[in-house]
Amino acid sequence: MYRGEAAKVLGEARVGDRIRVLKGGRSYEGILMPRSELGDDRHVVIKLDNGYNIGVEVSNARVERLAPAEEPYSRAFPEPEFSPEKPEITILGTGGTIASKIDYKTGAVHPSFTAAEIINAVPELADVARVKTKLLFNILSENMTPEHWKKIASEVAKELNGDAYGVVVAHGTDTMSFTASALAFMLKNLTKPVIFVGSQRSSDRPSSDAALNLIAAAKVACSELAEVVVVMHAQSSDTTCAIHRATKVRKMHSSRRDAFKSINALPLGEVGEDVRLFGSYRRRSEGEVYADTRLEERVALFKVYPGVSEELLEYCVDRYKGIVLEGTGLGHVPENLLPAIERAREEGVAVVMTTTTLYGRVDMKVYSTGRRLLNLGVIPGEDMLPEVAYVKLMHVLGITQNYEEVRGLMLRSLAGEITERSLADAFY
Amino acid sequence: MEGLRVGFEIHQQLATRKLFCNCESELREEEPELKILRRLRPTQSELGEIDRAALEEYLKGRCYEYEVPGDVSCLVEMDEEPPHNVNIDAVKAALEVALLLNAQPVDEIHFMRKIVIDGSNTSGFQRTAVIAMDGYVKTAKGKVRIPTICLEEEAARKIREEGSKTVYRLDRLGIPLIEISTSPDITSPEEAREVALKIGEILRATGKVKRGIGTIRQDINVSIAGGARVEIKGVQDLNLIPKIIEKEAERQRKLIEIAQELKRRGVEEVHLEFSPVDVSEIFASTESKLVAKVMKRGGVVLAVKLPGFRGLIGGAKEEPRLGSELAQYARIKAGVGGIFHSDELPSYGISASEVEAVADKLSLSEIDAFVLVAEEREKALKALQAVLERAKLALKGVPEETRVAQSDATTRYMRPLPGAARMYPETDLAPFVVDEKLIAELRASLPELYEEKIARFLKQYNLSQELATQVVKSERAQLFEELVASGASPKLVATTLVSTLRELRREGYAVENIKDERFREMFALVAEQKLAKEAIPEVIKALSRTPERSCEEILAELGLKGFSEADVRGLVRRVIKERAEFVRERGEGAVKPLMGVLMKELRGRVEGRVVMKILEEELRGYLKDGFQG
Repeated sequence: MYRGEAAKVLGEARVGDRIRVLKGGRSYEGILMPRSELGDDRHVVIKLDNGYNIGVEVSNARVERLAPAEEPYSRAFPEPEFSPEKPEITILGTGGTIASKIDYKTGAVHPSFTAAEIINAVPELADVARVKTKLLFNILSENMTPEHWKKIASEVAKELNGDAYGVVVAHGTDTMSFTASALAFMLKNLTKPVIFVGSQRSSDRPSSDAALNLIAAAKVACSELAEVVVVMHAQSSDTTCAIHRATKVRKMHSSRRDAFKSINALPLGEVGEDVRLFGSYRRRSEGEVYADTRLEERVALFKVYPGVSEELLEYCVDRYKGIVLEGTGLGHVPENLLPAIERAREEGVAVVMTTTTLYGRVDMKVYSTGRRLLNLGVIPGEDMLPEVAYVKLMHVLGITQNYEEVRGLMLRSLAGEITERSLADAFY
Repeated sequence: MEGLRVGFEIHQQLATRKLFCNCESELREEEPELKILRRLRPTQSELGEIDRAALEEYLKGRCYEYEVPGDVSCLVEMDEEPPHNVNIDAVKAALEVALLLNAQPVDEIHFMRKIVIDGSNTSGFQRTAVIAMDGYVKTAKGKVRIPTICLEEEAARKIREEGSKTVYRLDRLGIPLIEISTSPDITSPEEAREVALKIGEILRATGKVKRGIGTIRQDINVSIAGGARVEIKGVQDLNLIPKIIEKEAERQRKLIEIAQELKRRGVEEVHLEFSPVDVSEIFASTESKLVAKVMKRGGVVLAVKLPGFRGLIGGAKEEPRLGSELAQYARIKAGVGGIFHSDELPSYGISASEVEAVADKLSLSEIDAFVLVAEEREKALKALQAVLERAKLALKGVPEETRVAQSDATTRYMRPLPGAARMYPETDLAPFVVDEKLIAELRASLPELYEEKIARFLKQYNLSQELATQVVKSERAQLFEELVASGASPKLVATTLVSTLRELRREGYAVENIKDERFREMFALVAEQKLAKEAIPEVIKALSRTPERSCEEILAELGLKGFSEADVRGLVRRVIKERAEFVRERGEGAVKPLMGVLMKELRGRVEGRVVMKILEEELRGYLKDGFQG
């Protein structure tokens, strides 16, 4: 990872080696550290014996390799012993780290994912359930694609139809709500809980929210709830976690622990010492879970804003089978987009309207633009989140591409994504 | 003192905004509304190891409440947002200090996360970086090396403990802190004071450090030959440093002596067995009020034998004594108020016969000692365990530990020395390149050190040595130069900023609240002769009460509005006229009495010499040919 000047001066020396950098009569001795992606190619980083790192500029410097890197540590943990009375849950890994080890020498953070490693890091988990783990893949959540959703859905169904009493999916937070709502649509006849969980502060730090979220997720996985939900911190304090319905949740803050909020709905429950569920929810029952992983991937999410070019929308009409519009206010678009929308209808491209306000329901009969859109066959997305409508449209178009059928399915709540009543206390 | 080695670790807050966000570095006294509750879970090392004791604490429910004063803390302090880029002003200030301490700045600064899970950092680590290496300060005895200078975040302010919860306030968290660590090169208590003073002066010379209580902390590391490194925290008064060091050296010497004597007596660790004996019945009808009270509450008196310790624990008047160490361990680890030991008994109402009975019950030999604790059983057991633990350490001499300084220059046990901190890179921050251009800029504008500045003030402003020194060391040295440059009299400005302010502060006026701007206004008014220098103290008093009001407003309120020359001339003529007979009688000799009359009216408004000049002119004119018109 050292490049340019620095790599040249380092020669044979590798990260982890003990080196001495000689420069202008001064000498610095320590362990060669990896270079941050944010750094330039003119400095080498060494860890001094006092534990601090410093960067040494390499022009006119000479490097002596004093000793090779020590072998990396590895240690096997004993298989954890679980009480046979506890229910068994499966934790599926998809990316992010719910537990990790830090190599204080190199600063590298290594994820821990075996059941043994996780129980070593979060022993309280054994009081909740017998834990089985399975690493599906390890990717950043921004790199998650519909293909990954299908894989996760199939694996979850397999686990639920096997011995798992519930499944926890560990997922990066950025696109967690997309994956969670995809599973909510795909998993048919869901009879057990499927919990998405992640962390906003990485697990290598003492203040991480990972452990509390994971324990809460495990508790919900053992509860009576038979839905796909997201379980994350309910507030900045490490006190309780909120249970959000997968089709109503959105990441509303880039960094806070309590970034996830239920939009146009109240959370399904709260996890402190125990799981408390409120309102109506689908209950645990018996029966085979089925993953309908058909998806029409040619769906676009199109944001409307002043000055938006009709060319962009024309392009989408050419290329996609479905378009979710994020319209202004009650569900409007500027006039220049109308021809493209009309053409979409003619070419059999389904167009669904949602709102940039996120909160509230679209209503296209109030103003004339809305009425024109309705006449052009735009399907009102009710109080669906734009991202959820996007995932749902993929799912629906995977099932049928007949306009009337698509319209019928889009207007019906398939997985709690549309609420019938607009609750006063769901906006705060 | 033979083999004395002393080093310092000095922490100084910088007077810039916070290190990793744009919040002001100010404390808030009122309790804020927003509070958050957090936990800190011990992390795994590369071996997957977790500090079991820390995990135990965590599982028992140890938690931290953070009070969030929103005007001086934000999501960064709450650990709800990654750190912003490092504050360049703080980096510059720290590098400036480093250069003044003859240190070599590093080429690139890398912040580290130093694991701290006592809750004082919301993240569970303190961000810290080495910014320079290999500095030194010179003293009369030679160089004292400064191997590293660090820039780091100040910790949150501890407000109180409530059972398993500790309450912190986030105002202090993130204030930039410069840490200067010296080598243990100091060999005498006086030299230590000199080093602390010198480093303090250098810090203040930059004008970029905070001043006032709690903004600088100096930890002293002391050891003597055959002793051990002891870190002393909480040193407030630099003048106490030599005494603290002397007392610590003396304590270590005494502990070494005790260890040697114990060895001579053949006492070994195996002899120090924890077998507490309940001796409550001996004290059933004790005269000791303290013990009686404990027993009445249902407490017990437990005793433990310290074989071979007789005479080594130390009587009440002996100083230093092992007895204090045993008591401090019991206090810190078991929370008991105190212990009794056989070297100081009979005393405290405990009778000779009671002492004898305890000795009998424990079957003490002539060289054995005992320790008593009167408390509820659990606590008493814990206390005696702590005593025994400390007694075992006494066999080896001086334990490495952190102690806290008291106002009488003695120290008290606080905790064992912390082990090497676990550190790993702060990956949320980019490395900061310290390029040659930046260093050249800083070098070119390094502040004068105190000595240089005093010498210059003597010459340039013709101040006395004392006044020059005081101005230079005051917080308003820069203001002084500015005011003088704009034409004010150096002597007057110096006296005002140093003596007048000091006197008024002593009288209880909050002069520290007065912003520099007010002094600029004040001396502008003096220059315009709208304010007489005699009136300055009155104006300052008023300013200290209402620092938000301008000098002009204050002047109007106090009725100190200056008299113009014409006003004075008019008054002088009136006074002369009213006393025409007297003036003619006395002639020029009337000046003095007339001055008295005039100054009664003008004191504090017009300077005496101005009045005198006008009076002399007018008198001469009047005597010559009367007033025209």
